[in-house]
Amino acid sequence: MNDEVIITIEGLKKHFPVGSGRFTALNGIDLSFGKGEFAGLIGPSGSGKTTLLNIMGTLDSPSEGMAIILGESVGNLSARASALLRKSQLGFIFQSYNLFQVYTVFENVEFPLLLQGIEASKRKKMVLDALEWVGLTDKIKSKPAQLSGGESQRVAIARAMVKKPAIVLADEPTANLDAANSHNILQTMEKLNRELKTTFIFATHDEKVIGYVRRKIFLFDGKVAKDEKIEKN
Amino acid sequence: MLAFKLALRNLLGAGLRTWLNVIILSFSFIIIIWLKGLLEGWDRQAKNDMIKWEIGGGQFWQASYDPFDPFTLLDSHSTIPDVLSDSVTNGTLVPVLISQGTIYPNGRMQSVLFKGISPEQKVLALPTLKLKSDGTYIPAIIGSSMAESTQLKEGDYVTARWRDKNGTFDAAEIRIACIYQTNVPSVDVGQVWLPIDNVREMMLLPGEATILVANKEGWKTEKSDKWIFKDQKTLLIDIENIIKAKSFVGILIWAILLMMAMLAVFDTQVLSIFRRQKEIGTYVALGMTRGQVVQLFTIEGAMHSVLATLVAAAYGIPLLTFQAIRGISIPVESKDFGIAMAAKLYPVYSLTLITGTVIVVLIVTTIVSYWPSRKIGRLSPTEALRGRIQ
Repeated sequence: MNDEVIITIEGLKKHFPVGSGRFTALNGIDLSFGKGEFAGLIGPSGSGKTTLLNIMGTLDSPSEGMAIILGESVGNLSARASALLRKSQLGFIFQSYNLFQVYTVFENVEFPLLLQGIEASKRKKMVLDALEWVGLTDKIKSKPAQLSGGESQRVAIARAMVKKPAIVLADEPTANLDAANSHNILQTMEKLNRELKTTFIFATHDEKVIGYVRRKIFLFDGKVAKDEKIEKN
Repeated sequence: MLAFKLALRNLLGAGLRTWLNVIILSFSFIIIIWLKGLLEGWDRQAKNDMIKWEIGGGQFWQASYDPFDPFTLLDSHSTIPDVLSDSVTNGTLVPVLISQGTIYPNGRMQSVLFKGISPEQKVLALPTLKLKSDGTYIPAIIGSSMAESTQLKEGDYVTARWRDKNGTFDAAEIRIACIYQTNVPSVDVGQVWLPIDNVREMMLLPGEATILVANKEGWKTEKSDKWIFKDQKTLLIDIENIIKAKSFVGILIWAILLMMAMLAVFDTQVLSIFRRQKEIGTYVALGMTRGQVVQLFTIEGAMHSVLATLVAAAYGIPLLTFQAIRGISIPVESKDFGIAMAAKLYPVYSLTLITGTVIVVLIVTTIVSYWPSRKIGRLSPTEALRGRIQ
């Protein structure tokens, strides 16, 4: 791991209006992440994992405190600036893959590059590289409906990684997969983390994921209950 | 450009769902253009027939002539002024003498207008050459509607009765020399065309006429208070009014068809936004602004009409061209409509009509697509990613 800090979170709180009152999803989070981390936000449902992930992904903003992602304060970012940050530096992997059903595998992976305006020949090469990382070069013309769950998630990983983002945020990436596919996906992500030095942050309560991460951040009732780093070879 | 590319990719990727909408929209295109083309064709044909059979290039009316007041007919005739007599002689003006009278076909009595016209005239499409005779009988020509209502056939004799200029009643046998087909009821229903010399003799009005039909436009009222020139525009005013009234109905039908087509697009858009919330959230997560997503959905909706234009062109151009050439047969009963209507209508599809329809549909589709898409702008991406209905 590199010592360069790319995410700094201080005194982060997030409230949601519920009826006439409010629900506090995050209640004073202080965390920082360095470049190349492979970390897991671990906790039961309602512990604030996804909310924290969404704020780190600039999809949501803090109610109080601050979250600085790659030097940008999430609370102060305009819609355009946060979209630009997501487009260039952030990758997302979702529990239900969120692939575009009408696109082929190739088109799904190509999508982030289209948004970046990369020229066609370069785009093609980057897409094929990304599909090679996840071992799906033989499926480029398939539609998501023709893929298994594991294959779909591998396409989602390729889509998140194709632009070589600084950070990949994965929300329960193995929740819909069986054990074999889960391990396969996690090994793929671990390999990409090592080779490309991309920071991976997972929101999970899956034991299989927990077994792979090198940093375990336990959340409970919107607070960090434990932050433990594991040395792995 | 990216939004267009993505919109097209989304639409084509959606397959059957897109094509069903596109086909429905293309039907609307074709029906709108067909209907407007039919009305335009009908209007044009009605005007052309009126000019060909009745109006010519305009008419000089004797000052007292009022076609809507039969009581003035007895007085609405004069000798042809000197300034116009040369034109009458060379056939560029055709005199018509009109008089009221009665015929007795098959023992029944029917009021008619006797219209005297020169058999040699070439201005109107009436088959007046059939009014030539050897002088042993008075030839008459009537239209097919008149023949049908009086049950007269070619070669039949019928008693005609009239009142001359002195108010004296007189009668004679006339022979039906020809029954002609026309789409113009006003030269058919209740009309008996006779040689003008015979009518002048019957009415004791030598050298007189009620109207003079011009062979072409460009005449002006001369300095004579007895003859007033009515140009084509004036004489077509009634039909223009009917067309205007008909156009309103046409526009109403056009608007209903357009609304139905737009309802399909609107419905698709609303359903799309409802169903594709996760997709919208994913677009935002991958780096699109909500504004860009609104733009994408609007273009997607609007592109339905672009694709519909192409599909409509593919089957519409041959279909509509075929109809424009072959015409559309109209049932016989349509004669009772009271406006010139041919047995076959030939729709006219002008470039203005086609481009106008395409542009209007495109604009309206874009508005209709944008309307529900605005909702995306208020959608929270985190909620959208969960596919939660808002």
